[in-house]
Amino acid sequence: MSTAVATSTFEDISSLKQRIEELEKKTQNAPDANAISMVVFSGDLDKLLAAFVIATGAAACGMNVSMFFTFWATAGLKKNGPQAKGKTLIEKMFGWMLPGGFHKRKLSQMDMMGMGRLLMNREMAKKRVPTLAELVQIAEDLEVSIDVCEMSMSLMGIKPEELIDYPNLSYCGVARFLEQSSSSNTTLFI
Amino acid sequence: MTTETTEERKIDLTGLKCPMPIVQLNKLMKELGEGDQFTAVADDPAFCLDVEAWCKKTGHELLRFENTEKRLVAVIRKKD
Repeated sequence: MSTAVATSTFEDISSLKQRIEELEKKTQNAPDANAISMVVFSGDLDKLLAAFVIATGAAACGMNVSMFFTFWATAGLKKNGPQAKGKTLIEKMFGWMLPGGFHKRKLSQMDMMGMGRLLMNREMAKKRVPTLAELVQIAEDLEVSIDVCEMSMSLMGIKPEELIDYPNLSYCGVARFLEQSSSSNTTLFI
Repeated sequence: MTTETTEERKIDLTGLKCPMPIVQLNKLMKELGEGDQFTAVADDPAFCLDVEAWCKKTGHELLRFENTEKRLVAVIRKKD
């Protein structure tokens, strides 16, 4: 009788152990509510502003923020200055069409050949809305990580030395983004 | 933006627009110790809901919030 009880207790414990192990594995892979990942696709000024306001705001709330820059947004990270050497003609053309510098970013609406942008910049200064350059600096201070799509870089012929100086910047592929987004509770596409 | 070191610290966030008020609050947290209490004064209408959400997200305690004539005053206690 007592051996039967002992065996069943032992079985109970080992099944409990197994369940705990399974739960531990699940929680290890569970998305982190304190992490946010973003796909930044657009190189337009207004959309980059929105992306960096959310990123810096989230970081100020103590969240881990990772931004994945792809396509036109990759060109949006170019700094002002001449093109890098050693580009093909098509790559040079991409460079002319997508000039660097935050002040050259266009609005997605009402840009009006730069008139809208000018008015927007004036209003932002008047109403003390932080500029894109200021927001990127804050993102740097708050350790927001920026991952740049290597495929976009090579497609548009953008060289690493043409991008802004940002300490927490690395080059990667889609797997890195997927790893970041699946381990965070929120993913935005901008 | 100014911070004072009196008995109770005060941070002036007037004139600042989103996301700067919470960015400044986050900065101030690095200077304070656990249990320290401070008053934040802002005039950005977004601050009403934002300061509440910021406290909820960061775990700091919102002790009091007043909204008088466009002047928003929040008293917050830092938690670890």
